[in-house]
Amino acid sequence: MKYVATFLVLLLSYLGLVGLVGSTEQFLQELVLGTVVSLVLTFILANYVNYTIDYKFPVRLLVFVFAYIPVFVWALILANFDVARRVLSPKIPLNPGFVKIKTDLEGDFAKLTLANSITLTPGTLSIDVDGNDIYVHTVDVKGKTPEENKKNISARFEKLLGVIFK
Amino acid sequence: MEIVSQVLLVIGGLFFLLGGLGVLRMPDVFNRIQAGTKATTLGAFALLLGIGFMYPTWFLKVGIIIVFIAISNPIGSSVLAKASYKAQGAPSNVVQDDLKEFLGGTEDVG
Repeated sequence: MKYVATFLVLLLSYLGLVGLVGSTEQFLQELVLGTVVSLVLTFILANYVNYTIDYKFPVRLLVFVFAYIPVFVWALILANFDVARRVLSPKIPLNPGFVKIKTDLEGDFAKLTLANSITLTPGTLSIDVDGNDIYVHTVDVKGKTPEENKKNISARFEKLLGVIFK
Repeated sequence: MEIVSQVLLVIGGLFFLLGGLGVLRMPDVFNRIQAGTKATTLGAFALLLGIGFMYPTWFLKVGIIIVFIAISNPIGSSVLAKASYKAQGAPSNVVQDDLKEFLGGTEDVG
């Protein structure tokens, strides 16, 4: 199963980077070459890979693309305007601090996605993950308690990610 | 299509400008990393999407590049931030420091 997952990821990346241009014949040539290259790389790389895919994977991918990405992009745009306002104002309004956020998510991929989402929404930068705690540097510490911080920073992502990565 | 792509290219350029300004104006390492990462990631997305709209056959390539940037860029900035915390500890203007108990303040890293 690990081999299949690695092989599919490699082959799809290859085909995507080659692009869907040219005639059918050219595409078939690329397909054959891509399959061979991906097979060779699969046997080298599969030992280092620790993810698998199952029959539910396409469903999760759809949920991820159509439910998570819009929420994420909206947060990204709002927060970028916030940072733009800070950067452009004459005296930069800052109230920085390092806060600890508890997460209920299980699994490395879920935590990675959550940490990356926190980093990409401006104003917050995840620094380290330790078990179920994520340490975050934030430009503006708003909450007084860990719960308030969590609500401000990560709660909106966590609900959806909990559904996607189970 | 042309117009959409040009608008996206301009937006991308503006985000890079904001990122540069942020790196220049922010007072300490962590806030600089923040400004640098965010603005450039979103700027790169906008620029790449603009290229994708201009040459529609490139769209898949652009999508894959965006995925790679979205994965690697935040990880890079996290590691930079962690390294600088280990090297010099928290800057003096922080109002709260939960990281101290975990990474343990200043270490002698040279």
